[in-house]
Amino acid sequence: MLDVFKFFGKDEGSSKDLAKERLKLVLVHDRTNCSPNFLEMVKGDLLNVISDYMEIEEDGLDIRITKTKRSDDSVMPALIANIPIKKMKDR
Amino acid sequence: MGEVIVVTSGKGGVGKTTTTANIGAALAMQNKSVVVIDADIGLRNLDVVLGLENRIVYDLVDVVEGVCRLKQGLIRDKRFDGLHLLPAAQTKDKTAVSPKQMINLCKELKEMYDYVLVDCPAGIEQGFKNAIAGADRAIVVTTPEISAVRDADRIIGLLEAAEINNPMLIINRIRIEMVKKGDMMNIEDMTDILAIDLLGIVPDDEYIVISTNKGEPAVRDEKSMAGQAFRNIAKRLIGEEVPFMDLEIQEGFIGRLAKLFGISK
Repeated sequence: MLDVFKFFGKDEGSSKDLAKERLKLVLVHDRTNCSPNFLEMVKGDLLNVISDYMEIEEDGLDIRITKTKRSDDSVMPALIANIPIKKMKDR
Repeated sequence: MGEVIVVTSGKGGVGKTTTTANIGAALAMQNKSVVVIDADIGLRNLDVVLGLENRIVYDLVDVVEGVCRLKQGLIRDKRFDGLHLLPAAQTKDKTAVSPKQMINLCKELKEMYDYVLVDCPAGIEQGFKNAIAGADRAIVVTTPEISAVRDADRIIGLLEAAEINNPMLIINRIRIEMVKKGDMMNIEDMTDILAIDLLGIVPDDEYIVISTNKGEPAVRDEKSMAGQAFRNIAKRLIGEEVPFMDLEIQEGFIGRLAKLFGISK
């Protein structure tokens, strides 16, 4: 068990950096006050709009709140959607 | 007219009560008149940390319900000239006081004292809402752990929503040797994330355990690093510019030498 931690320790840098990263991510969620239910609603609406234009691989759909850096290096929340397309619809 | 400062954290066990007791005592040592209020109704503790538990007759709930006069509820600390305690009730719960009653109490107390410090209960429910109701400013206490910083962030949001702006941060129980090894978040990591002004850094100090055992605030002890940190915090609250403790130097030979000769930083 100890070796596993050591191994990760080397790869991930110091444990405080890991703490900081994890903390930043939970705060992005906390600060946007975003419930899973809310995300489901966003997801549903997005699908409705997009499906007019393309066929989507629904199993591979990944929508989440994460963070992105502003130009001044401060962190702001971002909505990231990874939507695999089966094929485009003819219009 | 004085000001009302609430000491809060969200998470329990980060040192709110110890912080309130020590800042209160340190302000009194600076010749300020201070009352510390224990707003943690049902889980009274500020009295034991201050060593005043044997002198309680009336409490916060008695005062707001008019069972006794305000002055009868206040316990004078004989060791610190100008320091008084208004203890929490132990047999009631958090609904025994309303925000409106707290606002009125704080108003009355700040006419009498330079500083009114309110020791807030953990959590974000009724007890928290009561404790912040009459506050002009807020001190947020955290420790260098993910859980404590996360809760501090939430509290800062709630304080701002309640229009208590520009809360001040105290980072408690920092361990320099762990920070050096990269195994503990440093001051900058936390001030970056929380984005509020730093009021003080308090090193993890075994002496705090001893001073709590004795019921004697650490600020009285020249040898206690934490005591020194709280004395500095009190001076900053008054408006003095005191540089942040250089914990590395304090730990080293020069720091020990300085302490030996009673040179305080």
